[in-house]
Amino acid sequence: MSGSAVKLLARPTVGAVSAGSWRTERPVVDMSKCKLCGVCWLYCPDGVIEIDDEKKMLKIDYDYCKGCGICAQECPFKAISMVREG
Amino acid sequence: MKTVAGKERLLLTGNYAAAYAARDADVDVVSAYPITPQTTVIEKIADFIASGELNAKFVRVESEHSAMAALIGASSVGARTFTATSAQGLLYMYEVVWWASGARLPIVMGLVTRALGPPWSIWSEHVDFYTMRDSGWNLFFASNAQEVYDLLLISYGVSENQEVVLPSCVGWDAFEVSHTYEPVSVLGREEASRFLPPKGSFKPSLSSEEPGSLGNLAYPPEYLDIRHAMRQASDKVLGVFREAAVRYAKLTGRDYSGMYECYRCEDADTIIVGMGSIMGEAYRAVDNLRDEGMKVGALKLWVYRPFPYEELYKAVQNVDTIVTVSRSSVFGSMSPIGLDFASLIASRGLDAKIADYAAGVGGMDVYAEDFVGMVKDAHKNTGRNVWWVR
Amino acid sequence: MSHRMFPKEEYILKGHAACPGCGATLLLRHVLKALGPNTYLVIPACCTSVIAGPHPRSAFKVPVLHIAFAASAAAASGMIEALDKLGKPANVVVWAGDGGTVDIGIQALSGAAERGHNIIYICYDNEAYMNTGIQKSGSTPYKAWTTTTPTGNVSFKKDVPSIMVSHRVPYVATINPAYPNDIYEKLRKAQGIKDGLKYIHAFSPCPPGWRYDSSLTVKIARLAVETGMWVLYEVDHGKFRLTGPSKNLLDKDKRKPVKEYLKLQGRFAHLRDEDIEEIQRLVDAQWESIAKLLKEQE
Repeated sequence: MSGSAVKLLARPTVGAVSAGSWRTERPVVDMSKCKLCGVCWLYCPDGVIEIDDEKKMLKIDYDYCKGCGICAQECPFKAISMVREG
Repeated sequence: MKTVAGKERLLLTGNYAAAYAARDADVDVVSAYPITPQTTVIEKIADFIASGELNAKFVRVESEHSAMAALIGASSVGARTFTATSAQGLLYMYEVVWWASGARLPIVMGLVTRALGPPWSIWSEHVDFYTMRDSGWNLFFASNAQEVYDLLLISYGVSENQEVVLPSCVGWDAFEVSHTYEPVSVLGREEASRFLPPKGSFKPSLSSEEPGSLGNLAYPPEYLDIRHAMRQASDKVLGVFREAAVRYAKLTGRDYSGMYECYRCEDADTIIVGMGSIMGEAYRAVDNLRDEGMKVGALKLWVYRPFPYEELYKAVQNVDTIVTVSRSSVFGSMSPIGLDFASLIASRGLDAKIADYAAGVGGMDVYAEDFVGMVKDAHKNTGRNVWWVR
Repeated sequence: MSHRMFPKEEYILKGHAACPGCGATLLLRHVLKALGPNTYLVIPACCTSVIAGPHPRSAFKVPVLHIAFAASAAAASGMIEALDKLGKPANVVVWAGDGGTVDIGIQALSGAAERGHNIIYICYDNEAYMNTGIQKSGSTPYKAWTTTTPTGNVSFKKDVPSIMVSHRVPYVATINPAYPNDIYEKLRKAQGIKDGLKYIHAFSPCPPGWRYDSSLTVKIARLAVETGMWVLYEVDHGKFRLTGPSKNLLDKDKRKPVKEYLKLQGRFAHLRDEDIEEIQRLVDAQWESIAKLLKEQE
């Protein structure tokens, strides 16, 4: 495509908006209760949950977590609680 | 299966000439909805596909809005496309007509120009063509079947040029051109491919190899950025058209690079300006008036948008009276061609006077006597802005 | 372990513009995981037009054509024919809201279905014009509050899956974000069917539009199925089949009372007991019809 038309397309970009600044609560994981079952990962609309099976860790990307609370609601082991920001 | 014919001279209607142009351009996807008097264009294309002369997909959509939308989908992934419509069909399609140019897609469309209802009409007016004036589409007008064929092929050359990437539309009159048989020289696929950009040379906007997104929400600065790039491309169209027309002339001997045809206008002090098949009668009027000793000429536009200000300036710079004639029932202002030439005169500080006429409304015939009448009326009453009503 | 059972690759990137708890984006996340990267999305005017990110940042790692409201099925029709002509097989997927499907987009959808293009058309149904601020659509359920039906919707949800079945398309199915297994099975099946249009109707809870706390999206989606208000089914080349938990809900006693689904949502807060009873009767009647259909099919 010509130079002028190249500006026409948007390209895949992490952080299209600064979604992390939206939330009023953040999910906090109690790793003693977490069984790394992956249900929170499954139901996160924003894909901000990463599970590291080797390090037995759940990582939430707080740059983009909107604090919707689905993970806390759905966790079968009540390992996630929503904590007020700031 | 018929093999693709080569160069031929055939007796064709304007509509069939359009179908031959789509065939010789080797389009990939056609999508269209029937409307009088466009129907024979798509029927002929369907025949070409059935016989194997054209290997294209024909999406027989359920509305004109979908016809243009289907071509937007097809063109965005790199297909060469074609459609045709008229009047109500164009207006039904209108929203996505503007989408096609904003999306920078090299779609080519034939418009069999027709008056708008109510009351219902199937006869020629250019009112539908003019609705596309500001849309960013390249707009060309044919006055006979040969010009339909030629301007459609040139359209692909202009639209697919990497500096342009804007859709093009060729208009031609309902029935007078669409359904009238005339001798037409067609190039055939192989010869046409020597003029056209090679198939597949146009990089598609969308591909899964390099994912991109076409048409996202844009805040004002980004919107301006995108639209300004479109404006800059539009500003290149006349130059690209000229080059393409010169190459086309080398191949065919038919030269559109001047953007308009000037009939006895070189030394004229009065020029009739218009588009389409009624200009044949304008030429006869010129001859009649010349016989009376008046220095009259006629100027038939082929390129309407972008409006060729520089080229037309050369034609009118020494003219006293410009008789602008639009085949269009418009309200509230001068006719489209009148407005365009008024802007040319005003912006260049020329002395010429304009007399503006809407003629041929609803498909009324416009005879040489009508043009003679308009010229004489113009000389008596400059600054006119009326409909020519017989 | 869910994260090991499903494909890892994310095609919706972090930092997209959806509301917190958006059911639609959760659905699309799994749809794209099921279909993979060789997928062209055609998106008409809808919430996802904005979720997709402001130019020049796209939140989607697949090619996207944004298109005018009424035109998605037509654009997808042209696109798949072009890709076929050009020898570039790919998934072409319409991702449209309910407004763009059941109302303004239905004509183009009908045409595409009748012509039998090899596309997957997915309607994510949040049951109103949400992108423009919660106005009633042809898919808004009976008695729901919207900004244009402030005393409750008086008409019934248009049944577009049935309309698609009557077009004799090869595959029609419903999906729900609480049941990702079901989503994957159906999308993979749809991907493998090439002899016509595949229509998928997706249940898409919307926190701001339905008036509930964003954390309840999956719970509400689950209750919709458990109460029988949303039926998980597929119609594969004309054969109707219940799927997932819906398979076991023909027995009314196995279905939770609809009140449990309705009471969680502010858009139903104005319902009186008689309204809830009426809705319960309508749902029960719908399941009677399903039972009858299954019997006739045997």
